[in-house]
Amino acid sequence: MIKAILIFNNHGKPRLSKFYEHYTEDTEQQIIRETFHLVSKRDENVCNFLEGGLLIGGSDNKLIYRHYATLYFVFCVDSSESELGILDLIQVFVETLDKCFENVCELDLIFHMDKVHNILAEMVMGGMVLETNMSEIITQAEAQSKMEKSEICAFLSLCRPLSFSVPDRTGRRRPGLLELQHAPYRPSRT
Amino acid sequence: MSDVVEKTLTALPSLFDSQTGAAKISNRLKQLIKSITELTSKHDEESLIKQELSAMKEQVSAPSTSMKQMREIMVRSMYCEMLGYDASFSYIHAIKLAQQGGVMEKRVGYLAVSLFLSEGHELLLLLVNTVLKDLQSTNLIEACMALTVVAQVFPKDMIPAVLPLVEDKLSHPKEIIRRKAVLALYKFYLIAPNQVQHIHAKFRKALCDKDPGVMTSSLHIYLQLIQESPDAYKDLTGSFVTILKQVVGGKLPLDFNYHSVPAPWLQIQLLRILSLLGRDDQSTSELMYEVLDESLRRAEMNHNITYAILFECVKAVYTIHPKAELLEKAARCIGNFVLSPKINLKYLGLKALTYVVQHDAKLALQHQMTIIECLDHSDFTIKRETLELLFRITNAQNVSVIVEKMLDFLRSCSDEHTIIHLAGKVAELAEKFAPDNSWFIQTMNDVFSIGGDLLQQDISNNFLRLLAEGSESKEEDDQLRLYAVDSYLTLLNGDASHLPQRFIQVMSWVVGEYSHLQECVDQSEVIRLLMKLLEQKSVSSETRVWILSALTKISDGQTDLILELAESISSSQDTILRQQAHELRHLSLDSKLHEWVLPRGAAWDDMEVDSSLSFLDGFVSEALAAGAAPYKPPHQRQEELCEQRALNLEPYSFSLPVSLSSCSITDRHSPTLLSVSSGLSGNSTELSQKAGASTLILEGVKRVWGKDGYLPQKETAVTASPVDEPSAAVQPVGQQEAAERLEPQPEPSTQTNDKQQLASSLFVGLSTQSSTSLLGKSEAPPPRFRKKPRPHGSSLSSSSSSGTSEKSSSSRTSHNTTDSFLYGSLLEEEPAGFDHTPKSITANGLGQNKDVKEDRRTNTSQILGSDMVIVRPNTIQHNPSTSSDLTTLLPADLKDLPHSDVISLTSDPSLSVSSCRVFRDEALLLVIFISNSTETDIRDVAVQLNCDQLETVSLRGNIVDCLEGRSVSVCHYALLMDDPHTNVSFTGSVSYQIQPGHTNTLSFSGTLSTADFIRPLVVTTDEYGKLWLSLSHDVKQNLKLLTDAGDPLQTTLNALKDTLQLHIVDIIGSEGIVACRLLSGAPCLLHCRVNGSALAMWLRSPLPALPDCILYHCQRALAQH
Repeated sequence: MIKAILIFNNHGKPRLSKFYEHYTEDTEQQIIRETFHLVSKRDENVCNFLEGGLLIGGSDNKLIYRHYATLYFVFCVDSSESELGILDLIQVFVETLDKCFENVCELDLIFHMDKVHNILAEMVMGGMVLETNMSEIITQAEAQSKMEKSEICAFLSLCRPLSFSVPDRTGRRRPGLLELQHAPYRPSRT
Repeated sequence: MSDVVEKTLTALPSLFDSQTGAAKISNRLKQLIKSITELTSKHDEESLIKQELSAMKEQVSAPSTSMKQMREIMVRSMYCEMLGYDASFSYIHAIKLAQQGGVMEKRVGYLAVSLFLSEGHELLLLLVNTVLKDLQSTNLIEACMALTVVAQVFPKDMIPAVLPLVEDKLSHPKEIIRRKAVLALYKFYLIAPNQVQHIHAKFRKALCDKDPGVMTSSLHIYLQLIQESPDAYKDLTGSFVTILKQVVGGKLPLDFNYHSVPAPWLQIQLLRILSLLGRDDQSTSELMYEVLDESLRRAEMNHNITYAILFECVKAVYTIHPKAELLEKAARCIGNFVLSPKINLKYLGLKALTYVVQHDAKLALQHQMTIIECLDHSDFTIKRETLELLFRITNAQNVSVIVEKMLDFLRSCSDEHTIIHLAGKVAELAEKFAPDNSWFIQTMNDVFSIGGDLLQQDISNNFLRLLAEGSESKEEDDQLRLYAVDSYLTLLNGDASHLPQRFIQVMSWVVGEYSHLQECVDQSEVIRLLMKLLEQKSVSSETRVWILSALTKISDGQTDLILELAESISSSQDTILRQQAHELRHLSLDSKLHEWVLPRGAAWDDMEVDSSLSFLDGFVSEALAAGAAPYKPPHQRQEELCEQRALNLEPYSFSLPVSLSSCSITDRHSPTLLSVSSGLSGNSTELSQKAGASTLILEGVKRVWGKDGYLPQKETAVTASPVDEPSAAVQPVGQQEAAERLEPQPEPSTQTNDKQQLASSLFVGLSTQSSTSLLGKSEAPPPRFRKKPRPHGSSLSSSSSSGTSEKSSSSRTSHNTTDSFLYGSLLEEEPAGFDHTPKSITANGLGQNKDVKEDRRTNTSQILGSDMVIVRPNTIQHNPSTSSDLTTLLPADLKDLPHSDVISLTSDPSLSVSSCRVFRDEALLLVIFISNSTETDIRDVAVQLNCDQLETVSLRGNIVDCLEGRSVSVCHYALLMDDPHTNVSFTGSVSYQIQPGHTNTLSFSGTLSTADFIRPLVVTTDEYGKLWLSLSHDVKQNLKLLTDAGDPLQTTLNALKDTLQLHIVDIIGSEGIVACRLLSGAPCLLHCRVNGSALAMWLRSPLPALPDCILYHCQRALAQH
């Protein structure tokens, strides 16, 4: 079972947090901080699995994460999940986001957190993997937002330039999350 | 980033002003985010968000706020919550939004609810109606949202409200709804398994769903179910294999492919299920060899996800019954993993090795070099996994190297969880494989100093127990102790300020207990060291107590020093320390007392604890004579309080109609009331007991280390429990019956190898003799000594006090492998499925098996043999070639008792094993028939039965010297269930020799249900009322009401009575009360009320799990009608 799904950026700012088990508000924040601490100090050339961390770690839980450009995607799962399977689930999630937002970047996640949550809800329900088929996820998420579409699409199209090229502090153009991965799918992380 | 964002954002408002409302709405969030990104310090952020929150708070309560604005506010408060700020004011509005809004608002509302509210939040109650409405909605999206929120946040007690609707959704035409419903039900199963027991058949339907997505979801449930009881689902193996074959063969629609691998997640799930099913089961494993081979072969593409499948395959191959060819392939796969340059695969390779070394240590040898490389890998996770692997292959030769590596890792590790985990393992290895004393002590010192106070308590406890208990040779023990003392004294002589508290505690205990062994060190020197420790500031007060008790032990003869110390501590703030100081002074002044209280080297001798507090009897009777009120248990006091109360303060409390009020059935009141009332009427006796308890502490000076010291006394407490407990009236323990059972003790037979069995049967007798109140729980004597089988309800030989009964000398054996046969009553079949329990009980009087008139030739007289004691099993000539009627082989006295049909458990060419359950009043008898299907004699037949959850006692016949050709031997087991489980599986094995020297083993397994252990409890309405109040655990649920004939309540209750052995106490109007008990004595009371078209059932019992189990069986019983 998936216990929690966390997304935070390179500075540890939470961008999405979804817990499938009950923790108190404070514990949740502590888990986010601790997880960031654990994940961020790991090199680029180490494996994507991490055991430990007292709060969420305990027993047989483990963290499975991927690092895309500015964001960390972390899934905390118990031993009933396959490590590599989850790793690819993260990939599916990010690719789905990419399709929904057309070249997704961190800002999309901030401004449309409700939409991201809805997409996630189509993939994972109550901690169980519900759907892994990307087009199916998109269909479901879109079906739900069809009604919204009419209102919002105008706004979205205006917003689009934001996500395309937002230079970071150094002035470089910041690519979208998946842009760094040349092929649509690669097993190893960028 | 902020520059551009800012520019864009400032440009936005002007752009949107003329646009739609949605744009304006999103605007506020953008502003908020923009201002947050501009801030530099955490403090600024905090004040900004506080401001924002208070603005939102105002806005939400303003009546002019539109739904759209509300939606936007929700998103903002979600954002704030994610950042860790409290936005609890918006929770109620989230619920409102979900309730009142249109689809879009609903969506945000539901999302907010699932993020804000967790299981058990009180506001969730307000959501129930909304969810119910949406579940019934024809709008797919609404139904989806409702299902999602149900699976995310619904707590146990709210499940019944939505369960029927969710259940209906299983047959919804849209597959997405079915899928979500399946997952929601799975979630319910995880939270409250008993509530969804009745829909197991529907899970099967989901598994067979035409939509692969629904089938995939149902696998979640099956994985869980099979994990819990693999035996019950063996029949599904074929289906799972077929599904996997189709998936691997690419039969699924193309859109299930992921990077051209067909449904990889589905494959992973199926492989896991198969490995669980095939574990230790050859015949099941054989079904899956082919498909596993296929999977291994197909998964050769170089994709991440194929590796995931391969890994599961390899694990499955090593879990199920081994097949050489597959093992070889799997080993090659592991090699590929381990040697892979990709670090993730290397990790999995190590994991696979760790898993595999238990079966095949050679594989680790092949990869020695890689493992050693991994040990120095820069990746923490890899290192840790490698150590885990090494831990598995540790033996006496390599222990010191491996432990050294582990300690090195521990020293460099900062993660608390890892430290706890690994330190425990080091301690375990050290204990198991220590080459010598000095190494052991040294290693443990390292563990204690590195692990420090993070260590689990039992590590230090085990270590001290090891020192104290010692081995056979006293000399060796003393050497070890001496070494420990020496090593600790050296450590204490140095700087002790950095030592962890736990370590100091261990040291002071050892020094206190054993420093006298070291003759060349002066005791005053030891005392000085300990006193130095006491003075240290870093030492916690708990540790001080330890040190002080160590000082108490060695104080002998050092009166001056000690008195001084005691003086200085007796003014301490800490009461426990002060008390100890007083004890210390007393003991050091009186060396005789010291000798008596703290005998040297006897730390491990068991201490007698009079937990019945019988030494207070005199005091109590004196107090009573002086006019004190007798002690009343809390519930009785409460009951009296209830009677006095004129007004019932609880508006919704339950009450029976007036006709029943005479028997004072009143509801239990809320916990607060309870505590108040018990506080009010707490009387002198209770106080005196408290005083007694404190004297007890003073006397029991010795510190007891393990849990062991106190354990054996438990049941004394039970027998000594207050006499006037209302329930006692219900169970007059059959003294007479006990006496009746005492006489016919099976005498030792001349047969030699029956000793073990004899011992157990003797023990059974003893426990019957010794404590009558436990009689109900101890084993029944051989049933043949009864003259007449008694009608069902007449025996009440059980006590309601549900204390633990002593484990009788049940023949507990190691786990046997289970065979695929089962006669599990709980196997959920499609409607046509069988159910053996109910019918066999009711039908047995009508004559047993009608099918075959089998010749029961001889030897029945032997069984009947009036007063003769037969320890030797009854061997009965019998011809198994025709289908046999084994029930005729039941001893005559059992034949008249209700019993089930005979079910075949397992067989092999020479033996076949069947069983029959006989429902006796005091126990469930499991009669096992072992029939020899060959013409030759079979020697040394021994039956072992094993069940962790039941108490089993072999009554007779579990060892047979010689089983002649074509004959049947009967052996009996008496089973008792202490903790209710809905179903319990037992395993067992028959070992026998056809040729001398060659022992064959035949394993069997089966399932029993709670229903087998339930007997009617005959009480009057009055007694029922009293008992009802004294019970604490209750469960309520609506059940189906049978309306097909006559009075629905009567019909339903009769149906229940027929299938389960219940006693209908009374039926008054639309309410009925029913009672039953578990064999171990715990009663369960059922109160049924007709509520529209349903039967509102309310169950109470002293055991928390019993109502759930009984409810489950009631559901089943009614479903079958």
